Amino acid sequence: MTSHVLSLLVEDKPGLLTRVAGLFARRGFNIESLAVGHSEIEGLSRITVVVDVDELPLEQVTKQLNKLVNVIKVVELDGDQSVQREHMLIKVRVDNTSRSPVLEAVTLFRARVVDVSPEALVIEVTGDSGKTNALLRVLEPYGIKEIAQSGRLAIGRGPKSITERVYK
Amino acid sequence: MSADTPPAAKTTKAQSMIGAEGVVRSLEMLGITDVFGLPGGAILPVYDPLMDSSKIRHILVRHEQGAGHAAEGYASSSGKLGVCIATSGPGATNLVTAIADAHMDSVPMLAITGQVFSHLMGTDAFQEADIVGITMPITKHSFLVTQAADIPGTLAAAYEIATTGRPGPVLVDITKDAQQEEFDFSWPPTFDLPGYHPVTKAHGKQIQAAAELMATAEKPVFYVGGGIVRSEAAAELLKLVELVGAPVVTTLMARGAFPDSHQQNLGMPGMHGTVPAVLALQDADLLITLGARFDDRVTGKAALFSPNSKVIHVDIDPAEIGKIRHAEVPIVGDLKDVMVDLAEAFAKEMGKKKLDIAEWWAKLNALREEYPLGYTEPPDGQLSPQFVIKRIGEISGPEAVYAAGVGQHQMWAAQFIKYERPNAWLNSGGAGTMGYAVPAAMGAKVAQPERVVWAIDGDGCFQMTNQELATCTINKIPIKVAIINNSSLGMVRQWQTLFYDGRYSHTDLNTGHDTVRVPDFVKLAEAYGCLGIRVTQAEDVDEAIKLALATNDRPVVIDFVVSADAMVWPMVPQGVSNSYVQYARDHAPSWDTEG
Repeated sequence: MTSHVLSLLVEDKPGLLTRVAGLFARRGFNIESLAVGHSEIEGLSRITVVVDVDELPLEQVTKQLNKLVNVIKVVELDGDQSVQREHMLIKVRVDNTSRSPVLEAVTLFRARVVDVSPEALVIEVTGDSGKTNALLRVLEPYGIKEIAQSGRLAIGRGPKSITERVYK
Repeated sequence: MSADTPPAAKTTKAQSMIGAEGVVRSLEMLGITDVFGLPGGAILPVYDPLMDSSKIRHILVRHEQGAGHAAEGYASSSGKLGVCIATSGPGATNLVTAIADAHMDSVPMLAITGQVFSHLMGTDAFQEADIVGITMPITKHSFLVTQAADIPGTLAAAYEIATTGRPGPVLVDITKDAQQEEFDFSWPPTFDLPGYHPVTKAHGKQIQAAAELMATAEKPVFYVGGGIVRSEAAAELLKLVELVGAPVVTTLMARGAFPDSHQQNLGMPGMHGTVPAVLALQDADLLITLGARFDDRVTGKAALFSPNSKVIHVDIDPAEIGKIRHAEVPIVGDLKDVMVDLAEAFAKEMGKKKLDIAEWWAKLNALREEYPLGYTEPPDGQLSPQFVIKRIGEISGPEAVYAAGVGQHQMWAAQFIKYERPNAWLNSGGAGTMGYAVPAAMGAKVAQPERVVWAIDGDGCFQMTNQELATCTINKIPIKVAIINNSSLGMVRQWQTLFYDGRYSHTDLNTGHDTVRVPDFVKLAEAYGCLGIRVTQAEDVDEAIKLALATNDRPVVIDFVVSADAMVWPMVPQGVSNSYVQYARDHAPSWDTEG
C-alpha cells in the first residue's frame, strides 16, 4: 500500500466531516492524517486526507467521495506536483546542560522556540514528514514530554487552483 | 452558481404560513399524491394541515417500517417517488430498515421525519434520535432543517436528488420549531447543489469502443440488472438485444426488464439462477453489463467469475464501474440514452453483416434443453410451493404486480412466475429484508389501483409486517397475500439441510402441518377483516387463487400450507466458482470451461 494525498473541496455543511470520515471507515480505508479548514471561497471548506491504500481501491474511494452530495471536487496531489507540509509542536525536557544543544538543533532544523520554562521548551516546526521526524529523533535523547501534530496540508504547485471552474 | 428548479414548476406568490403548512404545500407542488406515515409529537404540526390537503392522500400505517416499505413498493411499481413520514426518535428509527433497503435497491424515496425542538437537540430530549447521523450510510443524502424558510428548497432538493441519477432514499429531518415558525412560502424555491451533477449522456468514444467489442464477440451475453427498470429503458433494451442477437440474463432486480417469453432470454443468473444463465455468464467472452453491479449473489466467488470475458459496463453511477470487476469499456450514462446510442453505433459497425454466434447459441440451447427450470414433487407428498407460485403467476398473468419477501419463496417467485414487463416484480434484492412483501404490495396497490397486486410471502416474513393488513382493510387497499407456509424459516432450513447435517437450529415456526399453528393465519386474516383461505391440497390451489382474484372488497390472505422439505434449485454453494452450479442436489452439469 502507498500513501496518497487527496484534496477535497466541500460545502461547509453540518455533519460534513462525519460523512467523509464515515465513508472511509465504512469502506475499510484507513485515514493516516486529516486536515480541515476554510477555502478562499466563502461557504466552502478544504479537506486534506492522507490515506494508505492501493491504486485500485483509491479509485473506488475517490468515486465514493464524489458521490457525497456536499463534496464538490476531489483531487489527488502527488508529491512532485505539490507542496506538502506538516506542523508540529514539541515539548522537550531541558536543564542547564541540555538547553544549548537543544537550541542548536532548533537552529539547524530552522524550527522555533515558542515557549521557555526552566525545565522545558516548546518547539514549533513546519515541514514535510521527513523533516519533522528527523527533528524528533534528534530531540528524543533529551526527553520528549509531549507532541501535538497537525494533519498534512497540501497545495498544487504552479498557478492553477482547485477551486477553478467549480462555479459556472 | 448552478440553481435548479423543481419539476412541477407552477409558481405561486409569496404567502405567509407556518413551516408545517410549507411541508404540505411543497409536497403538493412537487406533485406528490400519496404518502404513508404515522404521526407523533415531533411531526404533529405537519399532520394538522395534512388533514385539509385535497391533493395528498395520507395512509396511516400501523408501524413506520410499513410506511417505508409501502413507499418503496409505490415507487418500484410506478417509477414515481415514494414518500413516508414519521415522528422523531423511535418513529424515525423504525424507518431505518426500509431506508437501508431502498438504498441497496436504488429506490427513489423521500423520508420526512420530525425532530425535537432545535434548542433541545443534543440534550437527550424525549424521543430524540440523531436520525440524520444514523442514516448517513444508508441514504443518498440527508438534510436537517431548523428554519421554516428552508423547508420548500430542501424538499425540492430532496426530490431532485432522490429521483435523478442513480435513484435512492433521501431523508429530511425537520425540527418542531421549524414546523411551527411563520415564514413566506413561494414556489418554485431555488436550491443549490454544487456537488451534485449526475452524468446522463455517455461519452461517444466509449460507445464506439463498446460497439467494436460487440461486433467481434463470439460468445456475448447481455448481463441485465435493475438499472434498466429504474431508467425505464426496457423498450430500448429490447431493440438493442434483438439487433445484436445475443443471449440475455436478467438478475433478481431485473426480472421483467426483458420479457421472459423472449427466445433470447436465458433467465436469472446467480446463486439460484438457471443453469443456462449461470453458465452463459461463466463461459462468455463478452459481458454487456447494463445497470448491474456484479453482486456476490450473481458472481459467486468473484475472482473465478466469467474468467475469459471482456466487460462492457454501463451504469449511471461511476462508482459501480470497476468496484468488483474491471471493465474494459466503462460507460457512465443513463441506460435509456446509452441503449439507443449503442444500437446505432453497433448497426453502423456491422453494416450489412450480422453477428455470427450460431455456435454459441447451439451450446446454450443444448443447456436449455438439458437443464430446464423445474422442480420435483416434495418427498413427503405435501403441497409443492413451486406449483403454488407457478399457478399464481399463470392465473394472474403478466399485468399483475408481484411483491415477494425474502427467502425460498422469493427465489421461487423469481423463477416460476413469468415476467413480461418491468415494475411487475418487486422484491428486496440487495438488503434481503424479511417483511418487505405485505407493505410493499400495499404501496404498489395504492400507486396502481387498477392492477392485481400479490404479496408472495413466507410464513416467517409474513409475521414481521402483517399488521399492515389492518391498514389495507381500513383504507380499502385490496391486496392478495399468498403465504407459502412451510412452517419454518425455509431458506435457513435449506442451508441447515445442506451444510449443517440437517440440524435445524431455531428454524421451526410451528405454523404448518402437524403443529399448533400459532398463529392460525386464517383466523389472523379474519381478525384483520380479510378473506382468509387455507389450502393444503394441489387440487384446491386454482380455485383459491380464482376466489382471491374475484374478491376485491377486502384483502385476501391464502395460507398455502406446503412441504417444509422443498428446496430451491439450481444452487451455487457460497464461496465457489459458478462453474459448480448444481442443478439439483448432487447433480452438477458437465461443462467444458475451457470452451
